[in-house]
Amino acid sequence: MSTKEPILSVRDMRVEFKIKKQNALPWHQPDILRAVKGVSFDLAEGETLGIVGESGCGKSTLARAIIRMIPSQGGEVFWQGRDLMKMNEKELLGIRKEIQMIFQDPLASLNPRLTAGQIIAEPLKTHFPQTSKDEVKKRVRELMEKVGLSARMINRYPHEFSGGQCQRIGIARALITNPKMIICDEPVSALDVSVQAQVVNLLMDLQQELGLSLLFIAHDLSVVKHISNRIMVLEFGDIAEIGEAHDVIHNPQSPYTKELINAVPIPDPIAERKRIAERRAAEANA
Amino acid sequence: MALLDIQNLRITYDTPDGLVEAVRNVNLTIDKGETLAIVGESGSGKSQTAFATMGLLPHNAQVSGSIKYQGQEVIGLSHEEMNKLRSNEIAMIFQDPMTSLNPYLRISDQMAETLIYNSPDGKRMKKKDAIAECVRMLEAVKIPNAKNRIHLYPHEFSGGMRQRVMIAMSLLCRPKLLIADEPTTALDVTVQARIMDLLVELQEEFHMAIVLITHNLGIVAGSCERTMVMYKGEVMEQGSTVDIFGKPSHPYTKGLLSAVPRLDQDEDRLMTLDRSFESQMAEG
Repeated sequence: MSTKEPILSVRDMRVEFKIKKQNALPWHQPDILRAVKGVSFDLAEGETLGIVGESGCGKSTLARAIIRMIPSQGGEVFWQGRDLMKMNEKELLGIRKEIQMIFQDPLASLNPRLTAGQIIAEPLKTHFPQTSKDEVKKRVRELMEKVGLSARMINRYPHEFSGGQCQRIGIARALITNPKMIICDEPVSALDVSVQAQVVNLLMDLQQELGLSLLFIAHDLSVVKHISNRIMVLEFGDIAEIGEAHDVIHNPQSPYTKELINAVPIPDPIAERKRIAERRAAEANA
Repeated sequence: MALLDIQNLRITYDTPDGLVEAVRNVNLTIDKGETLAIVGESGSGKSQTAFATMGLLPHNAQVSGSIKYQGQEVIGLSHEEMNKLRSNEIAMIFQDPMTSLNPYLRISDQMAETLIYNSPDGKRMKKKDAIAECVRMLEAVKIPNAKNRIHLYPHEFSGGMRQRVMIAMSLLCRPKLLIADEPTTALDVTVQARIMDLLVELQEEFHMAIVLITHNLGIVAGSCERTMVMYKGEVMEQGSTVDIFGKPSHPYTKGLLSAVPRLDQDEDRLMTLDRSFESQMAEG
């Protein structure tokens, strides 16, 4: 993977938030929360980079800053060699059809007043306004079938779908502009395990078929390990570790990664009980 | 005698779209000090079963069957009788630590309330004594500096800390049965591990029985002796956790187990659930 020219390069990304102190007077300086502290990484074409870390470690903030959904306080983002941070609004809009996003809450990320068809068509109408009505309809139907929804459901509203189906609508919406990269922000966290398996499989199939690059953010290490080529572990806005998925999981280098891995329960009573006993013994010794 | 004995539990809702069966034919027993896991996907009726036991179902729910706590029928108890049972005998921890604490009250006020109105010896406890007891309980769930922190508001605590407060609160009256409804779902894995360790430790200390409701098969494997699998309001199978995970007999359990990616194994592709068993369910 590393031999290929990276499709996305992030260099020294920094995001800061100003926090008003309690009972602050207008002339008091606000506190600065450094959410992302100089993160750099590359993403190759067709590669999946998993980003894991606990809540508040800056995973989503990083993803949002990369596509300029939120302002950043420094750093460069090269998308196919062009710096996203120096682009004007119009150029950025052009890039956004190449980088799409899938969100965590499947129902909340869909407009309740639009039908599934309208939701999926929206990016196409925004980015390719010249597309004819029939063409839009055809594309929407195509994509619905591709993500495993029946095209007959085109006129239904989000509340008539289950969580897994809503997430499929979100995926279809992300795919309709033929993006090169999709940022998945906790796409399966809100789903049941059986549905989670279907959506993970769908994402992996689509990636194979379309050659997509994925930035896959999740807090569930097992899912991230399953889907990713490489994994980046974030700790308080810093990279704790980055490397091939297999190496990071089976031979973690940073203490934080080890702690995370040790905390993930294994669905096997015998193995899990042995592991818990070992962990308790280690804690008793320490 | 079993601590809790549920027989033929059926919960239905009369909705504009007709009668909805949320729980059908559920039988379960729990002995003193035992840990039972109820696993299943959303909508499988696991929380409904718990709510029925606590008498917390909404008014339009129709319950039939029997729920016996230490031989006493729980269904149909009056509010007062139920309240006695709820604090001193059965306690519950709810899923979302963010919304199950009252944001307007200090932790001290909402914790002490339980003891003042429902102290274990039946008398009204003085507030000062109640708070001292609450501090001891917060220390038991390992909240550092509990003495000062008890006067804070819920929003000043992190998610894991709030869940600890919830656990402490539920243990105040020394219940014999603790129902934990997805106690770690909203938490990070490291916090989850600590909360589960804590629950197991407290169980040994207080000799409680625990019903752990969850969809996380990993935490079930680690800490529950028996497991019950529910799907669409019915019990698919129940038995010892080792048996259910080792040789699941029901196709749904098999499907559920193989749909979970494992950190200690490399799988090529996640198995998705084959729902063909549903047709047999409908026939049977």
